[in-house]
Amino acid sequence: MQIKFNKYYYGDIPEDNGGQQSEIKKVPASDGKEEWPLWEVFIRSKQGLDHKHAGSLHAVDAKMAIENARDVYTRRQEGTSIWVVESKNLFASNPADNEMLFDPANNKIYRHPTFYELPDEVKHM
Amino acid sequence: MTSKHSSYKEPLIQYLVFLADTNLILSQRNSEWCGHGPVLEQDIAITNITLDLLGQARLLYQYAAELINKENPSANETEDTLAYHRLEREYKNLLLTELPKGDWAVTILRQFLYSVYQQLLYTELLNGKDKHLAAIAEKSLKETHYHVKWSSEWVLRLGDGTPESHARMENALLSLWMYTDEMFIAAAYEDKSITGIAVTELKKEWLTRVSAILQEATLAVPSDDLFMQTGGKTGVHTEHMGYILADLQYLQRTYPGANW
Amino acid sequence: MATQELEKLFHDNIDAEIKIEPRDWMPDSYRKTNIRQISQHAHSEIVGMLPEGNWITRAPSLKRKAILIAKVQDEAGHGLYLYSAAETLGISRDQLIHELHSGKAKYSSIFNYPTLTWADMGAIGWLVDGAAIINQVMLCRTSYGPYARAMVRICKEESFHQRQGFQILYELSKGTDAQKAMCQDAINRWWWPSLMMFGPKDADSPHSAQSIKWKIKRKTNDELRQNFVDMIAEQVKVLGMILPDPDLKWNEARKHYDFGEINWDEFWRVVKGDGPCNRQRLQARINAHNEGAWVRAAAKAYAKKRQQEEVVA
Repeated sequence: MQIKFNKYYYGDIPEDNGGQQSEIKKVPASDGKEEWPLWEVFIRSKQGLDHKHAGSLHAVDAKMAIENARDVYTRRQEGTSIWVVESKNLFASNPADNEMLFDPANNKIYRHPTFYELPDEVKHM
Repeated sequence: MTSKHSSYKEPLIQYLVFLADTNLILSQRNSEWCGHGPVLEQDIAITNITLDLLGQARLLYQYAAELINKENPSANETEDTLAYHRLEREYKNLLLTELPKGDWAVTILRQFLYSVYQQLLYTELLNGKDKHLAAIAEKSLKETHYHVKWSSEWVLRLGDGTPESHARMENALLSLWMYTDEMFIAAAYEDKSITGIAVTELKKEWLTRVSAILQEATLAVPSDDLFMQTGGKTGVHTEHMGYILADLQYLQRTYPGANW
Repeated sequence: MATQELEKLFHDNIDAEIKIEPRDWMPDSYRKTNIRQISQHAHSEIVGMLPEGNWITRAPSLKRKAILIAKVQDEAGHGLYLYSAAETLGISRDQLIHELHSGKAKYSSIFNYPTLTWADMGAIGWLVDGAAIINQVMLCRTSYGPYARAMVRICKEESFHQRQGFQILYELSKGTDAQKAMCQDAINRWWWPSLMMFGPKDADSPHSAQSIKWKIKRKTNDELRQNFVDMIAEQVKVLGMILPDPDLKWNEARKHYDFGEINWDEFWRVVKGDGPCNRQRLQARINAHNEGAWVRAAAKAYAKKRQQEEVVA
């Protein structure tokens, strides 16, 4: 399925219509091996709240990742604590397993308090 | 070679202006990295330091202006008249801060050498004679502690990184070291009787802290007999300063009296 | 699941406004389109630092200097968020940057115009960021989850950008004759290029339907452009300035402003590389990257040494 797009703000000036085809200094292709590793950043915005995924960034080690996270993701007082984990160490469930993993919870409505009807006399339970 | 600003002889005012100028000019130099950093994350990091230093300079200028206006109500000084309207000979910043930003090694090393000094000096200021200045120092120190940490780590990475980065750090040391002594030679307005601080006595601790990091970074501490450059504190600058001011003051000089 | 079923599921999710997430199945062309759009958006943020960065050392007051530095730094942050979003699609930032530097990937043409006076800082904030925000608010609801989340963060941070730009111009509009002239001149130079930011007319974008259908985009170029004109035509009155378009007038029947024809020749010339600053902008990015190579290598080498020490210990 090859669809050609032809909308041109920000995101989508097509390659065949692009200019600046390098009379400019040749740039050697990068194999991506020199790139600093990718880290995921989790920020606690306020004492008492969970750390929440804020985004990712590149850094050579954990120390630098925390400092970069501080500089990148807490410029507006968004944080009181930072967790970082190298992205390659983060494991995720497979969306293909979603039915098996998550649907069985649907028929256990008795886990929710609204399942239970109590006499009106009982307040605040 | 003087403007009305030279008439403010009060040592505390001169001292505040010295502290402010030093932060402003270093901020001005570091700001040249914005958009040109070696990697996006560090572009953002150095710019945070740029903003910290600029913020510190503003607090100091504001306080100086307040003191000047109290003494002389028609002076109408503000942070901007102090930052923008003086002549080159009236700027008191350390020579170290006005040198070109150079490569990342020069920028990192300068930040490191300055931040360690600033940390020691401002820690002393906490107990200095002037309460308002102590409060500014306290606020600034939180930022300075981070600058020391950040720049120390980069000194280690570059000094003990690759042969190229090591060589670049050696060059940076060679070109910057001769401007470090100035930090510890007290100008008249810096005398202990005025500030409560003996700046000369900070040198030993500074050297200890700087040497420790340099050594860990496998860099040799330059020898003591280097000819040291001075002059910034009394307004005798390097050839670079005129160009900095040409940029900094361009709009204020071209359109006198305008509000922005 | 067979590809057909996966594709149906994908489209059902899009139709039901359920976001697509990195590990979900998606058609190749959806992935490609997103990579292209997100990375062009990221490149635009990064290249966009240059025209404004041009005035940092010359900002006319310490307050303006601080605001400008913070704003340009925000753009670096936004570029970073967007590169991160693109990376979830299986491409590295290095590759994306290489595509920018080799001239293959594009960025918004607006940044190929020069910033000649301080008033340009105001015009960029008001007009260019104003145009960008209209686009970006729409993109907060884009169908690809990481892109939408990055945009939410960006929009939150951008909110001060347009205001500070307008404020710069407002101050100039109340100032000396020279300042007023500077203000009008900047508006004259930036008005048409900002209209071009929304891209060609819908009639010249025959394939845009697919992008709308996938909910990567949610409004057409012309709709967005009209929103922008309606907004700016009112705000310019507050400045006491005029927009350089004799055909600009309120159309009571349409309840919108009518406006003149964009110079599409210029639009395509700049897109194709012949704008006033295309070469300088790209060269500046290439230089920064090349001159930073030894720094990146050193940091990596140092981290590796420390890691080995830890292993030995």
